[in-house]
Amino acid sequence: MKGSEAASSAPLELRAASEQKSAGKTSVVPADFLFRSLTAFFALVVAATLVAIMGSLVLEGWSALRTFGWKFLVTSTWDPVTNEFGALVFIVGTLVSSAIAMLIAVPVSFGIALFISELSPSWLRGPVSALIELLAAIPSIIYGMWGLLVFAPWFAQVVEPWLNDHVGALPGIGVLFQGPPMGIGMLTAGIVLAIMIIPFIASIMRDVFMITPTTLKESAYALGSTTWEVARYVILPYTRTAVTGGIFLGLGRALGETMAVTFIIGNANNLSASLLMPGSSIASVIANEFTEATTPLYKSSLLALGLILFVITFIVLVFAKLLLLRLETSLEGKKS
Amino acid sequence: MKLNRRFIAKAAAALAVAGAVGFAATANAGVSLTGAGSTWVFPLVAKWSAAYMKETGIQINYQSIGSGGGIAQIKAGTVAFGASDMPLTPEELAKEGLIQFPTAIAGEDLVYNLPGIKPGELILSGPLVADVYLGKVKKWNDPAVAKLNPGVKLPNMAITVVHRSDGSGTTFTFADYLSKVSPEWKTKVGANTSLNWPVGVGGKGNEGVAAFVQRIPGSIGYVEYAYILEGKLSYARMINRDGKVVSPSLKGFQNAAAHVDFTKAKDFYVILTGQPGPETWPISGCTWQILRKAAPKATNAEVTKFFDWGFEKGQSMAESISFGPLPPSTVKAIKAYWKTNLGI
Repeated sequence: MKGSEAASSAPLELRAASEQKSAGKTSVVPADFLFRSLTAFFALVVAATLVAIMGSLVLEGWSALRTFGWKFLVTSTWDPVTNEFGALVFIVGTLVSSAIAMLIAVPVSFGIALFISELSPSWLRGPVSALIELLAAIPSIIYGMWGLLVFAPWFAQVVEPWLNDHVGALPGIGVLFQGPPMGIGMLTAGIVLAIMIIPFIASIMRDVFMITPTTLKESAYALGSTTWEVARYVILPYTRTAVTGGIFLGLGRALGETMAVTFIIGNANNLSASLLMPGSSIASVIANEFTEATTPLYKSSLLALGLILFVITFIVLVFAKLLLLRLETSLEGKKS
Repeated sequence: MKLNRRFIAKAAAALAVAGAVGFAATANAGVSLTGAGSTWVFPLVAKWSAAYMKETGIQINYQSIGSGGGIAQIKAGTVAFGASDMPLTPEELAKEGLIQFPTAIAGEDLVYNLPGIKPGELILSGPLVADVYLGKVKKWNDPAVAKLNPGVKLPNMAITVVHRSDGSGTTFTFADYLSKVSPEWKTKVGANTSLNWPVGVGGKGNEGVAAFVQRIPGSIGYVEYAYILEGKLSYARMINRDGKVVSPSLKGFQNAAAHVDFTKAKDFYVILTGQPGPETWPISGCTWQILRKAAPKATNAEVTKFFDWGFEKGQSMAESISFGPLPPSTVKAIKAYWKTNLGI
């Protein structure tokens, strides 16, 4: 019964081919069915795992959420001695470090992709692409160590004093760049995160830029467009769905990055206006404190943090989907 | 049948349900014990267990997952012993059916990064360190620092406080000491393996703190003694409870242990920080081993045999990696404690 269902809904060409080959033998049908069940099983197992993870996070984090209520999200006290926990510092740290990373990574990735797809001499294209993709293969702990031992000292000696003197004195945004030059902190974490997510965003952008039909680009060039105009008015509109997808893929990675951030964000449970001051992210505080979370409420609070990160990532995904949907409908609107 | 039973027993041992009953009769080869906990005591247990394996054929698997993890594991009964840098109170031990005893003594010290000031040149006191870590003393040339260091040219530099970001027994020992010398620290911060730090940046592990201190001019941090020797860090001398200026040393840590009477405290519940004595190092610490009373007697016997061996034969090994052996009177008291509580 089920076998015939499977066969009937299989793609037409395939079914035709299998019918031709087996000439009416039924033995192919169970194979089809098996294959379909197997792939469905794989897909469902992953989905079920996701739901199970979410469920266990809710279950384990429940005692913290019940104890502190909504205040858990908006208080900044994190005191393992008195068992008072609030997630605000870590939520802010996660969002700010990821925002810095995106501010840097998106334009840089766009430039890289444009260079590789449009401007680079063809002999350079391969090596540059390969090197950028190699960045993605470096384990995050290596980024952390590099950030701590190489980048942070340089940043403290060269960049931060300059920022202090030149930007820190400005009214308004100056407050973001004040503080002792330590080399570690929110800004350093954001920059290293940017380096980590650039390969993801850049390679997606490059791939879709490359598949933009040459006829479209050539027509624009023929009308006298500059490279920038072609990028802005031809390539980007054509590829914006995939570009947005790539950007959100990078953002998702930045939000959840643990090891590298733990090394360089400074791990201070304080809110500070300055980006040069140390902070903490959700992933980093869990990595730091999980092993020694001795009281049940403490452990539950850390798991509730995990749940919050899960929800933030989920919101980002939903937001990305909605954005894509809107882009698609507006695109279709234009067409008609 | 016999073979089969032996096989199952071996599998059980491998599964960390250590020292299954019935092993005493067979050869030692293949016997294994599992412990978990403190990262601080890991080098010592590793060194002891390697030598113990060679001598007796008994394998000790120790997982350095942190003191909190060690306590959780022994409570759950998944390991033969748990190790913690923070002792459990006698009440909690009684409630959970556990016992504890000290293993070895060590200490920690403050390290700093100040241009032109040599290792050991800077002198600090407990209350001053508490004020620095509370964020009250912000500059190196603050009168409070200058008063303790006449003749030292202190720079006009901001103090960057470095602490541990991960939960740690090192932090507990440090914070416990500050709680003893500063009432403000006691009420505002307190002592635990993780704290709500008023100021500063957090480094992961001793090496993380050491790395920050080496790279941030004007910084101060606390690390275990072994890291000072290894990393050639600029360490501070401290003013101890007797008002004497002391340098960190194994002898200083052992003096701290000699002044607490381990033998009289119930379940050895004493903390070695801030002890009296002219040569006593004020920030000394200890690791406790925790056992389950309800564990099979053979398992507990294997564990106590291992630590007994360590107390008797592992002294020089301990000293070679900057752990101070327990005083003989304490070792005697531990053996009596085993007898009363475990019947071993």
